[in-house]
Amino acid sequence: MRKKVLMTGNEAIARGVWEAGVTFASAYPGTPSTEILENVSKYPEICSEWSVNEKVALEVAIGAAVGGARAFCSMKHVGMNVAADPLNTVSYSGTNAGLLIVTADEPGQHSSQNEQDNRNYAKLAKMPMFCPSDSQECLDMVKLAYSLFDKIGEPVLLRMTTRVCHSKSVVELGEREEKPFVPYVKNAKKYVCVPANARIARAELENRLDALKEFSNNTEVNRIEDNGQTVGVIADGMCYNYAKETFGDTVNYLKIGMVNPLPSKKISQFCEKLTKVYIIEENDEYIEEAVRALGFGKITYGKYAPNGERFFPAYGELTDDVIEKTVYAKKINTVDADASKIVARPPALCAGCPHRGFFYEIGKRKNVVVSGDIGCYTLGFAPPYNAMDFNNCMGASISSGAGMQKVFNKANNGLRVVSVIGDSTFFHSGMTGLLDVVYNKANNITVILDNRITAMTGHQENPGTGYTISGEVTEAVDIEKIVVALGIKNIKTIDPQNLKQVNETLDWALAMDEASVIVMRYPCVLKKLSMRDHEQYPEAYKTKYEIDSAKCVGCKLCLKSGCPALHLNNGKAEIDKTMCVGCGICYQICKIGAIKQRGAK
Amino acid sequence: MKSILMVGVGGQGTILASKLLTQGLLAEGYNIKMSEIHGMSQRGGSVVTHIRFGEEQVYSPVIGKGKADVIIAFEKMEALRYLDHLAPNGTVVVNDLEVPSISISTGDKEYPQGIIEELQKHAKTIVINAGETAEKIGSQKVVNMVMLGAVIGKMGLENIDWKKLLTENVKPDFIEMNLKAINAGVELVK
Repeated sequence: MRKKVLMTGNEAIARGVWEAGVTFASAYPGTPSTEILENVSKYPEICSEWSVNEKVALEVAIGAAVGGARAFCSMKHVGMNVAADPLNTVSYSGTNAGLLIVTADEPGQHSSQNEQDNRNYAKLAKMPMFCPSDSQECLDMVKLAYSLFDKIGEPVLLRMTTRVCHSKSVVELGEREEKPFVPYVKNAKKYVCVPANARIARAELENRLDALKEFSNNTEVNRIEDNGQTVGVIADGMCYNYAKETFGDTVNYLKIGMVNPLPSKKISQFCEKLTKVYIIEENDEYIEEAVRALGFGKITYGKYAPNGERFFPAYGELTDDVIEKTVYAKKINTVDADASKIVARPPALCAGCPHRGFFYEIGKRKNVVVSGDIGCYTLGFAPPYNAMDFNNCMGASISSGAGMQKVFNKANNGLRVVSVIGDSTFFHSGMTGLLDVVYNKANNITVILDNRITAMTGHQENPGTGYTISGEVTEAVDIEKIVVALGIKNIKTIDPQNLKQVNETLDWALAMDEASVIVMRYPCVLKKLSMRDHEQYPEAYKTKYEIDSAKCVGCKLCLKSGCPALHLNNGKAEIDKTMCVGCGICYQICKIGAIKQRGAK
Repeated sequence: MKSILMVGVGGQGTILASKLLTQGLLAEGYNIKMSEIHGMSQRGGSVVTHIRFGEEQVYSPVIGKGKADVIIAFEKMEALRYLDHLAPNGTVVVNDLEVPSISISTGDKEYPQGIIEELQKHAKTIVINAGETAEKIGSQKVVNMVMLGAVIGKMGLENIDWKKLLTENVKPDFIEMNLKAINAGVELVK
């Protein structure tokens, strides 16, 4: 008997990748997709790597697949925007060996800046796409994707959603099937995408799409469950489970496991017998539009009812309570308590977080606009710092900051823009923005918060850490050298745990009309410190501070640090000794010397 | 089919507790699905784990509003935050612990008073002090195992071989203490 284990969708994808005989895998971390590559990297047969961004991740995977090995690449939904350029052409050229690309979407925006529906990318790039609904399907569909490639020659997409990625269900394990390398043969007509070749590839792609339509109509992953009813449900991915919970066997089902191309014939065959069909899908009305186009608009209830009115919610997750509420137009019986007794509990910078010093100081400055980026430090926007004015996508802090500063200079309004970005995000797509600052003579100030790890997604290695995903020692790329090479003349590196230094350096940068870069370097408090970290920061997080309650006057100034280890108790400040790691920010803030190191006199 | 919602604050060890629980249920032959949102867990945010199991097929890994049989709250304000997920005849097991959120620490807001009373007004509520129990056993670190014990006791899952699962999941030196904590948690809800 095969071994059965509980796995998250992400773990099951990784297992499927291993069983499918994949040799090369790449990704850039991003919730909810991060654990896929982390798990893939545990299999020694697979060469795994954190790429510097999603575009690079896809490009190295394409190279590996053209080179003749089964390759794999994963990213979060917004990462696919970064990788969209190679994506939309690799569908034309194809690859030599199988290539599978996973996108992890976020209905409900648990950890993301938008809710884009990447099923649309399958349509845009004209690539087949699978949509698993549980961990077993994650594993099975990975293997199905590679076998489909072997039949048709088209790279394949697989769309996860947060609940598929991060929910556990039972998976039956198989064995790895080694795939011999496909010998590399030069084929410029196929792989050199000049217009003359690409026009031919475009026509050939159409033939492959026809074959894929045929496959979609026949594959068991698009499955009709006939319960002899006149009402039906069409659902894909996790939504199928929500629908089963709501309707049980009181409806017929068409479970969609392949969303591009959709199985038009099967949809028609399914809908013909029905008086009403519910389309249950998260994010866009992707399946719904296809069902309407097939002529079933009069019986279709999706994001819209047949009369054009809103039916299912336009956004958020379609869990069974939401479906029930919409379909039966009834209030769900819930236990409702006094909401005034609930205070929000947003995430906050950790006790000892090396980003704290910068946000504490910049938040107090006037005439400064902070252009932010994506990472833990985005939390600097929140109280008590209120120290971020805008952000958008990975890397935008520097480039958008440049544009804004130029307009401010024209307007002569005296405002200075400080762009703030983390180490991993700088490597991802901040470097190009900084080059633009230099080239186009912008003069915004760039602060690189280098905590020597990709922290927000749970501590992944990056080009600055000195290690690869598998723990191998590699070149620890020098941020200052990059900054100087990009043409920045004014650069300083400081310790963000030293408030005086932070302030003086900000003064230095703000006093100049030229662009400058301040590298604020200190390892993340949650990081497992490397040998180099230990050597360079021997004192890091080794002490603790306490309040001298006889001296504390309860002025609350230290609470403005936003440190979760600090709180007020009977009108005086108190430091939680289990949380304090001795960063000393509160000690530097206190004006009356009421905070001291534990054990100090 | 049973639905358990486990709620708490990042860093309280809800993830290990739910991992052990699901492994135990799987070993016992139940169908099971579990879902957690943990992107922010290390940064002091609110964390929630959904666990659904039964003899019959389990489809959704997510517990909708009004559908949880039991809410196990590692912190009392979190119990109130997720109370709308409780089925009208469901039970709340709440750890009598206050963890201030950042706006409370910074002095902008007060930790709300009367939470336990509010819970009791609306739902069957079992109040336990897992911290005190854990301290007696030897360490605050086993609070999560006391809470796991409370789930086990409440759901009648004492027959599962928890010692075996602990052996597979924690360091040898800590097995006994964790097992004691689980047993103590079971007693708290009896």
